[in-house]
Amino acid sequence: MDRTLRRTKEFIVEGLIFLSGITSILFVVLIFVFLLKEGLSLFKEYPAGQFLFGTGWYPISEPPRFGIVPLVCGSLIVTVGAIMIAVPVSVAAALYISELAPVKIKDFLKAGIEMLAAIPSVVLGFIGMVTLVPFVRSFFHIPTGLTALSGSIMLAFMAMPTIITIAEDAINAVPKPYKEGALALGATRWQMMYKIVLVAASPGIIAAIMLGIGRVIGETMAVMMITGNSAVIPHSFLQPVRTMTATIASEMGETVYGSEHYFALFALGIVLFIITFIINFIADLFLHRKKI
Amino acid sequence: MSRRAHISQKIAFSLLFLSTVFVVIPVVAILVFIVKNGVGAISWEFLTSYPRAGMKQGGIFPAIVGTFYLVFGAIAVSLPIGVLAAIYLNEYAKDTLLTRTIKLAIVNLAGVPSVVYGLFGLGLFVVFLKFGTSIVAGSLTLAIMGLPVIITTSKEALSSVPKQFREVSLSLGATRWQTVRHVVLPNAISGILTGAILSIARAAGEAAPILFTVAAFYLPKLPRSVFDQAMALPYHLYIISTQIPNISKQTQYGTALVLVGLVFILNLVAIVIRSRFRKKKKW
Amino acid sequence: MVTAKISCKKLNAWFGKVHSVRSLDLDIRPHEIFGIIGPANSGKTTFLRTLNRMNDLDLHFRMDGEVLLDGQNIYADMTAEALRSKVGMVFAMPMPLPMSVFDNVAYGPRMHGMRDRKKLAEIVERSLQEAFLWEEVKDRLGMSGMKLSGGQQQRLCIARTLALSPDVILFDEPCSGLDPISTAKVEEAMLILKKEYTIILVTNNIKQAARVSGRTAFFLMGELIELDATEKIFTAPKDKRTEDYILGRFG
Repeated sequence: MDRTLRRTKEFIVEGLIFLSGITSILFVVLIFVFLLKEGLSLFKEYPAGQFLFGTGWYPISEPPRFGIVPLVCGSLIVTVGAIMIAVPVSVAAALYISELAPVKIKDFLKAGIEMLAAIPSVVLGFIGMVTLVPFVRSFFHIPTGLTALSGSIMLAFMAMPTIITIAEDAINAVPKPYKEGALALGATRWQMMYKIVLVAASPGIIAAIMLGIGRVIGETMAVMMITGNSAVIPHSFLQPVRTMTATIASEMGETVYGSEHYFALFALGIVLFIITFIINFIADLFLHRKKI
Repeated sequence: MSRRAHISQKIAFSLLFLSTVFVVIPVVAILVFIVKNGVGAISWEFLTSYPRAGMKQGGIFPAIVGTFYLVFGAIAVSLPIGVLAAIYLNEYAKDTLLTRTIKLAIVNLAGVPSVVYGLFGLGLFVVFLKFGTSIVAGSLTLAIMGLPVIITTSKEALSSVPKQFREVSLSLGATRWQTVRHVVLPNAISGILTGAILSIARAAGEAAPILFTVAAFYLPKLPRSVFDQAMALPYHLYIISTQIPNISKQTQYGTALVLVGLVFILNLVAIVIRSRFRKKKKW
Repeated sequence: MVTAKISCKKLNAWFGKVHSVRSLDLDIRPHEIFGIIGPANSGKTTFLRTLNRMNDLDLHFRMDGEVLLDGQNIYADMTAEALRSKVGMVFAMPMPLPMSVFDNVAYGPRMHGMRDRKKLAEIVERSLQEAFLWEEVKDRLGMSGMKLSGGQQQRLCIARTLALSPDVILFDEPCSGLDPISTAKVEEAMLILKKEYTIILVTNNIKQAARVSGRTAFFLMGELIELDATEKIFTAPKDKRTEDYILGRFG
């Protein structure tokens, strides 16, 4: 009796374990299904071509226009700027932390980077508003500091912890004999680092950059607060822009459930979801690529 | 070593060092900045009273309470599911197509933008399941968003328990689940706890997923059931720093300080647990 | 004719493509110490881990043939858990679980549903005494098992196995990590334990097999080369390869 009771209990527990195991798949599917369910309703009324390639996002004009090109461009310019700042700094920091930093400083630096990752995005947005935005405005003598540049700088800091952590893992994973071999051949430590370590770790570093890009594209609160929220196709970094994420976040509150605008924001969510899905998929490919 | 190689190495190393400093200094600067400007706002009254005069005066009490409800609702859902999922992946799953799909799903859950979680929560919990904008809708959204962190950290904690312990337990006639329950879990608990706390910290700071699922601009009373709306710290900070003109800077900094303080304390606790655990590791 | 405790019929085992145990037929008698010697990768440990189905944990493991315990097929007629409580195992490296001495010994019985504190205490004492550890630890049963010395840890692992009152105990090179004095104590324990239990001992130490086992088998490349009374194997081996191994010409 006792035994069968125990068996039954175990059967149930292991069933729960299995179910929990597959919830992740369930949730990814659910997310996609619900985005599609709401988002695709837009295209009953509104042509998909105009949505994807239209150059004007005027959701409350009459008739409304839902062309996402300016929003995609907004996301793109902010992301490109952020990655240009974040990648060199992050890879350098990862190299320093894994190859050069003394043990005690290493722990301190890693804690610092974890702390940077922990700062809520809305706080970074707020800090950006009160420090960076006025600085950009007066430095470039422009009418507003709420620009793509401000967004890029702030987002760079949000991408850095991701890139550093994963790049550092990749650098640590470079086999020791590679490094020792290079040094034995008379290379300086620096030559060893950039000729051997960086090359051997490059798949991991690419994955790190991809994940950094994913983080930046999906970032919402900070960009919404400091990029100026103007849905025009940007021509320079010193213009206000509006990203896809900021559009969803700032407009969803004002839409009526079931309206074209509501559906359009979900459709924008689909685009965002697909972009990040692809980015993460590529990152995962690089991360799990067969080691040399 | 040639002189030129030596000099270029020196320059390169200095640049690497400077880059690292460039990353870490802002953390310290932001902290100092917020504390310096915000500490004046912190008072018992600020923490325990309601906003007044269109949020220009008074405190942030309902936002603090709302954040606690949301975060604990989220962890109550995501911790059991996350830990069980980690147990499945680490202790039961073989290298099959299903397992690889699960892993890919986790990677992608981790990469879904927070605002898309907000849309999903709106579509599923608020509209489809008719929970309305409510604590339960927000908590569930945050729970799903926190799942990847919990699964990944728990899995790491489980896999750091030596394989031999499992063998010993099984060789004594224990079943697989008994082995997990009595040998693996007790020795992975600190790692799991660390992950849980980090996930709480993250949920506490998120604004985008709760924008359309729970957050209220202003509520004159505390929520009385999980189907009520609630205020929340990150959303409140967003509101008072962008939507309300002429609000005192100190209120903004004070709110930011409370939020950052909460998140940092949670992170510190997690770091301490983890490092103590690493030191006293018995094997 | 003595009835066999364990009997293997045409037993083959593979890990992936590696054929580790080749067509093995042998019987193990009750209350004997059955020694298995042979060079590294000769299939001794694989064979041993087949007897309590520990190999099942390895995804690449495959086997055919039959293993009978008291006439019952261990893969078909019983669960792995039931089998393992009858066929205990002592591993090469002493590996106490990270819990107290008492809990280590009580672990097995508890997992089989034993709750009664008094009975558990009795089992723990009996098992520790049988493993010659009781006198050394009786005053500190609450101490972590990992704080014992290496030799004590290995005897704790033996006690842990005895707590389940198994029929058979598998020793997988149990002294490979121990000093000579600890080794002597473990061997002494084995000689006394064989009165109650059947013991199978895999060892890399030929002299150990000579000291304790009644019959000894010589494995090479997954095959049973020779099996005989221990003194015959060591004084008059029939096979040239056995002789070479014993005289230290290879392995």
